[in-house]
Amino acid sequence: MNWQLLPQFATTGLLAGGPIALMALGLVLIFKSSYIFNFAQGQLLLIGALITWWFSVELGLPLWVSIAIALILSALLGLVIERLALRPMTGQPLLSIILMTLGLSQVLQGSALLFFGGNQRNFPQIFPAGDPYKIITPFVYEGNPIVLILKQNLVWSFIVAILGVIVIGAFFKFTKAGLAMRATSEDHELAQSIGLRIHRIFGISWMLAAVVATIGGVLLATSSGLDMSLSIVVLAAFPAVLLGGLESIPGTIIGGLLIGLSVGLVSASTNQFIRNSGEIMPYVVLLLVLMIRPEGLFGQKRIERI
Amino acid sequence: MSQLTLNNIEVIYCDVIQVLRGVSLEVQPGTVVALLGSNGAGKTTTLRAISGLLVSQDGKITRGTIEYGGERIDRLPPDEVVQRGLIQILEGRRLFQHLTVEENLVVGSVARGRTSDATLKRDLAEVYRYFPRLEDMRKRVSGYLSGGEQQMLVIGRALMSNPRFILLDEPSLGLAPLLVAEIFRVIQQMRDQSGISILLVEQNANLALSVADYAYVMDNGRIVLDGSAERLVNNEDIKEFYLGLNQLGERKSYRDVKHYKRRKRWLG
Repeated sequence: MNWQLLPQFATTGLLAGGPIALMALGLVLIFKSSYIFNFAQGQLLLIGALITWWFSVELGLPLWVSIAIALILSALLGLVIERLALRPMTGQPLLSIILMTLGLSQVLQGSALLFFGGNQRNFPQIFPAGDPYKIITPFVYEGNPIVLILKQNLVWSFIVAILGVIVIGAFFKFTKAGLAMRATSEDHELAQSIGLRIHRIFGISWMLAAVVATIGGVLLATSSGLDMSLSIVVLAAFPAVLLGGLESIPGTIIGGLLIGLSVGLVSASTNQFIRNSGEIMPYVVLLLVLMIRPEGLFGQKRIERI
Repeated sequence: MSQLTLNNIEVIYCDVIQVLRGVSLEVQPGTVVALLGSNGAGKTTTLRAISGLLVSQDGKITRGTIEYGGERIDRLPPDEVVQRGLIQILEGRRLFQHLTVEENLVVGSVARGRTSDATLKRDLAEVYRYFPRLEDMRKRVSGYLSGGEQQMLVIGRALMSNPRFILLDEPSLGLAPLLVAEIFRVIQQMRDQSGISILLVEQNANLALSVADYAYVMDNGRIVLDGSAERLVNNEDIKEFYLGLNQLGERKSYRDVKHYKRRKRWLG
C-alpha cells in the first residue's frame, strides 16, 4: 500500500462515486416502478450527452441552454420509449421485457452512431476550469503533511450528482406522485384496482430515468470527453445498484460511493498486479456483499408473516 | 332506477376459455347485494368485468353491456371506473406491503386527483372512525399487520377513493369469527351511514345473506337463482346445495340429490 497517496486516491475514488450513484439511480427509478432492469440506461446517457454537445458545439448555443434542451428532449425520449416499446409489452413475461431493453440499447447505440458519427469529441467544460482545490489534512506521514489535490471538475460533478439523487429521493418519499410510484412498483394489478394510471406512472419513471441519465452523461463527458464508449461506463453502475439494493434510492448513493472507493483504494496499492485490477474491483465488492446480503445493502426484504 | 346493471355479459379468457355465459344482474342504490356460488362459478370474474380489471388477466367482455349510473362502463379502463366512484376490493387482502398503514390509505385517495390537505385529513379521520385500530398503527409497515387488520386496511383504502359503490371479494377469507363479525358490521355501516352500495362475493352464504338485501346465485358462468335475501334463506334448494344449511345428523336420501341435479340442469 502506498500510504502517502492512499488518502488522495480514496478521496478521488469517493468523488468519482457521485456520478456512478446518479447512473445507478436511473436504473433504480425504472426498476422501482416496473420491476424491469433497464439495459438501455447507458445509451440514454450517451444520447443525452450527444444532444447537449450538438446544441452547444454544432449550433453554438450557450451551454446552459443546450443542457436545458437536452433535458427536455431526453424526457420526451423517455416518454416515447415507454409508449412505443414498453406499453405493447404489457402482460408479457418480465424476462421478455428485460430482453427488449437489451434490444433497445442496440437500437439507440446504432442510431447515435448513425446520426452523430463515432469520432471522439471535445465536450465543453461546464464547471470553471480553475486550479485544483488543495486541502492540507491534519495527518502527517513520514514528516510530510498529507495534501489532497482535487480537480474542481470532480468536486462539482460529485456535488451535482449527489444533489440529484437527494432531490429524486425526496420526490419519492414526500410527494403523492412518488407514493403512487412506490405503490405501483409493489403490485401493478392492485395499483390499477385503486385507480392509479400505471402507464402514466411508467411514463414518468422512464422520463425521470432519461433526465437523470442525461445529467450523468453530461457530467461524465465534461470530465473525460465524449465518444461512443460513454454508454459502457454504465457498467460501473450495475454493481453499485445491486450493492445498494435494486429498490433503494439511498442505496444508490452508498453503492456508488463504495464502488468509487474500492476502485480508488486499489489504485493506491504498490503491487502492480493489484493496482491494475481497478476495473474488476466493483464486481469483487459486489460478490462479497451479495454473499452476505443477497437483497443488497438496502434492498427490500420479502415480507413473510409467520 | 338501478345503480348498476349487467346485461347479458359474456367473458372469455385468453380468447378460448369462456367463463361468463350471459350474466345479468341489477343493484339498487344503497343496498348490499350478495353474489353466491361455488368455486369457479364466475363470481370474481363478474366483479372484474365490472371494474375493468379483466385486462391484467387477459380476459375480454365479448358480449353484453354494463351500465353504472346510466352510463356504459364496460369499455373503460379501471382508473376511470374508480373515478366514477366504483371500486373493487380484490380478494386476498392485497396491500402495498412495504408502505406504512397511512401511506396505504393516502395512496387510495390519489385516484381522485387533486385533493386539499383538509379533505385528506377528513377522509383519514373517517376511515379511522370505522377502524379505530388502524389509527394506532398508522406508522407501521403494513406487511406485518395481522390478517384482520389487513382486511380493515384494504377496506379503508377503498373508502379513501370516496366510492359510491364497492365490489367486495371474499372479505371473510381466513379470518377468525369475531373479526368476520366486525368486518360485516362495517359493511352494514357503510350501507346505512354512508349510503354506499355493495356487491358482495362471499363463500359463507349464511353470513352474506344475513346482511344482504338481495342475492344472486351463480353456477357455471350463469345466474341460476335470484331473490331477496329472506326468500333465498328459506329456499330449500339453496339451503341444501349452495349454503349447506341442511339439518345435521339427518340421513340424506340419494333421491333428493338426483332431484337437485335434474333441477340444476334445468335451471342452467
